[in-house]
Amino acid sequence: MALLTVRGLTTSFSTDQGIIRAVNGVSFTLEPGEVLGLVGESGSGKSVTALSIMRLVREPPAKVQAELLDFEGTDLLRADPRTLRDIRGSGIAMIFQDPMRSLNPVLTIGRQLTETLVRHINIDGNAARRRAIELLEMVGIPMAEKHLGSYPHQFSGGMRQRVMIAIALSCNPRLLIADEATTALDVTIQAQIVELVRTLTKNLGTAVIWISHDLGLVAGLCDRVNVMYAGRIVETGPVREVFYRPSHGYTIGLIGCTPRVDRVGTPLKPINGLPPNLMDDTPLCPFLPRCDVAIPACHRVRPELRSFPGGHFANCLADLTSRHAELR
Amino acid sequence: MDLAKPLLTVEGLAVHFASPRTAFGPAPSPIRAVDGVSFTLARGSTLGLVGESGCGKSTTGYAILQLIRPTAGRVVFDGTDIAALPAKKLRPFRRRMQIIFQDSAASLNPRMPVGDLITEALDIHGLHRGAGRGRRIRQLLDLVGIASHLAERFPHELSGGQAQRIAICRALAVEPELIVCDEAVSALDLSIQAQIVNLLQELQRELGLTYIFISHDLSVVRHISDEVAVMYLGRIVETASRQRIFDAAAHPYSRALLSAVPIPDPDVERARERIILSGDLPSPANPPSGCRFRTRCPVVIEACAAKDPPAKFLAPGHFAACLRV
Amino acid sequence: MAFSIRESATEMAVNFANDSDKIAPDEIPTVRFATGARLAARQFLRNPAATSGLVVLALLCLAAIAAPWISHFDPVQIKLSAKLKPPSWEHLLGTDHFGRDVLSRLLYGSRVSLSIGLLVVAFSTSFGVPIGMVAGFMRGHVENGLMRLMDAFLTFPPLLLAVTIVGLLGPDLRNVMLAIGIVQVPVLARIVRACTLSAREEVYVAAASALGASPLRIATRHILRNILSPIVVQLTIGFSAAIIAEASLSFLGLGTQPPNPSWGRDLADARRYMADAPWLFLSPTATIMLAVLSINFIGDGLRDALDPRSWRTRARAASVKG
Repeated sequence: MALLTVRGLTTSFSTDQGIIRAVNGVSFTLEPGEVLGLVGESGSGKSVTALSIMRLVREPPAKVQAELLDFEGTDLLRADPRTLRDIRGSGIAMIFQDPMRSLNPVLTIGRQLTETLVRHINIDGNAARRRAIELLEMVGIPMAEKHLGSYPHQFSGGMRQRVMIAIALSCNPRLLIADEATTALDVTIQAQIVELVRTLTKNLGTAVIWISHDLGLVAGLCDRVNVMYAGRIVETGPVREVFYRPSHGYTIGLIGCTPRVDRVGTPLKPINGLPPNLMDDTPLCPFLPRCDVAIPACHRVRPELRSFPGGHFANCLADLTSRHAELR
Repeated sequence: MDLAKPLLTVEGLAVHFASPRTAFGPAPSPIRAVDGVSFTLARGSTLGLVGESGCGKSTTGYAILQLIRPTAGRVVFDGTDIAALPAKKLRPFRRRMQIIFQDSAASLNPRMPVGDLITEALDIHGLHRGAGRGRRIRQLLDLVGIASHLAERFPHELSGGQAQRIAICRALAVEPELIVCDEAVSALDLSIQAQIVNLLQELQRELGLTYIFISHDLSVVRHISDEVAVMYLGRIVETASRQRIFDAAAHPYSRALLSAVPIPDPDVERARERIILSGDLPSPANPPSGCRFRTRCPVVIEACAAKDPPAKFLAPGHFAACLRV
Repeated sequence: MAFSIRESATEMAVNFANDSDKIAPDEIPTVRFATGARLAARQFLRNPAATSGLVVLALLCLAAIAAPWISHFDPVQIKLSAKLKPPSWEHLLGTDHFGRDVLSRLLYGSRVSLSIGLLVVAFSTSFGVPIGMVAGFMRGHVENGLMRLMDAFLTFPPLLLAVTIVGLLGPDLRNVMLAIGIVQVPVLARIVRACTLSAREEVYVAAASALGASPLRIATRHILRNILSPIVVQLTIGFSAAIIAEASLSFLGLGTQPPNPSWGRDLADARRYMADAPWLFLSPTATIMLAVLSINFIGDGLRDALDPRSWRTRARAASVKG
């Protein structure tokens, strides 16, 4: 049975200029232990999707609707606040981009760790303390016991992110959502953190949703990837299929405009135009104004979901197989 | 204008900031943000300055432009050491070297229509006075791909990419020879980043510009630069051509850095050998003795703590400051 | 519509040169500060509270100017036979203990109060803003000296300082204005200095320096217009404070001297008759409240209107290159 099933998720914000559809009909499933990448640029709706799943978006002004939003048999849409609070932290955990802002600056690291433990697991203070030290060691923080009494500002960015991971994994969640978790970190620290998350989640059997704008990160970490644009998933599939046989104009555009450190001299093919207007709920393909592989049909009909071998789907009418050779 | 001479020669550039001191006790050691940077830059080429946070690359860029006055060292721009010039004499040089900042919207005065900012650039140096002014501004806007009706807009009404184009336009208005791009594309989305990178390269070809491209993103740096210099804690640890920097990187830090940069190719990414560094960055106020990288270096030996390794010649244009190469 | 930037820049420039004779030389309007001011004004007028405040204040000023035409009673003419009459058709707001028409006194009194407000604002601006900007810009000893001087003035309780100055120089209207103005200068200078300090660190200031802009240009074109918002808000506070200060001084007998009318003067006189003739007390109180409230609304409105994020030059974003 799938760990997480999302069908027709829509999150909209009403403003005086119109309705902003940050997430517009997103559907996907996640198996236990699977690592899924959610890739897109700013405004694609990837972060809002995650927050909507965890019901962390403030409603109002947002409105979260879905045909189905199921986590391990629990309907997250209709669950009462208490059930949701139980799930957050022990069922689904989340780590964010800026650890300085997600850690409470006036509480010690130890306190923030034990707080989560005591909330979700029925253990006493001493046991929680021991477990906290265990967790800090697990994420590679040296002299863990001494650091229980430290404050977030005394740590570097990488260390703080490790603490965040420790807190997130403390109650053995079945799903970890990492929202641009390494974006604010230096590249060598990023490598450390990515390696840490990869090892830990593999050992614990945790499913992971990696949200990132960094294609390279997703290429190395994920089993499957969802490409998002204007609040919709435009392409989904196993990571090799999506990267080597992209079947949506946007995916191909995105790959084509990403510089690679191992290749010199290949010119970047930029995607022209401006980011999409999220108030515009067009029945046609949202990428059409910027697409350079569009065919005449794209201007008339809604893009249908086409399936490709290997559980690979794309919402695109054009046939892009001729472009695949230039990618390898 | 001697085309064979380098446009810019930097020798022993140092920028030290005084640490805040308490009322009692000795003064704490200064923060050595930049501590002995040297390189030459040929006209029309691009030098990529790459490194992680705290390495001093942005400070180097500001110090070259004399936006921060260096603590020591020479900055020889077209034959003149501008680091030694008093502030008053820098005015004519300001025109010849410009900077583009990371936060495009913040670099534009929020209460001025963007067209005014370009007009101001022309005013400051008395360019195109009178009748040709409007035409020149249109020309400049066209050069960066901005429709002229956008000139009336305020910065907050522009997208990140558009704001960056305006910033580039303003820099071009004074007809500079050197442009320092300080993380100029880092805050932009991938698709917009590619547009701006292409624009910068086009402008370089057409106008013969010289760039110092500062970034933490090695992929972009390698793409746009002719030469790449890797910085760590205020020093350049390796300089190489874009060709050699990936295939023949010699310094252990460069190699670790390169191995950590994600590549959007699943097979390649999974097959890579990663050099994972341990520990965190030392403080620039208290750098390790000898080689600054030794506390995190995977191939460190005892001799590394004794003295600071000099830049070793490996191939024409390729230097690495390491005892182990 | 997908534009592309594949044409080389030279091609564009060449194409452009061919068109040049078809284009008027100054086609780019040299938009000036006025644009920002115009947009701010438009934003201000969209705010109902602010606009009503403006209207009320304008009416008060108009009434002050048109006093002789609105009320034909002489505000200082004593007519004991008509003393302490409640509001009637003849005397719309009643009469005071000397038989003088209250409405008349209020109207003529508002001339005093409103002009004090305006003059004090002008005075404090002309001294407070330059002092604050110079201090914030030049730092070092200059800043220290100026700010310590301002601190010295700030240590005095404002009313006491005003009382002292008027006491020394005599209860002339000019001295009252001077006293209140002097008291407000340090407050404004401090705010301006703080704003200047933070504005200096902004990236657009660094960008202007990199272009070679002189410190004067940076100060006037870049810093000044970006610190206007808190200055303007402080000025509206100062305006209200000036009116109230004048009222207080007159209350204490140091401001407007009898028999001349002023809001504070009338308030002072009304004290004795609060039980018998409440209209004597209520009228000046209500007027002061009206003036101060409307000025506060104006201040709030200005703060919002001066935020550039509320300025819109176009209703929709048009399609553009890149």
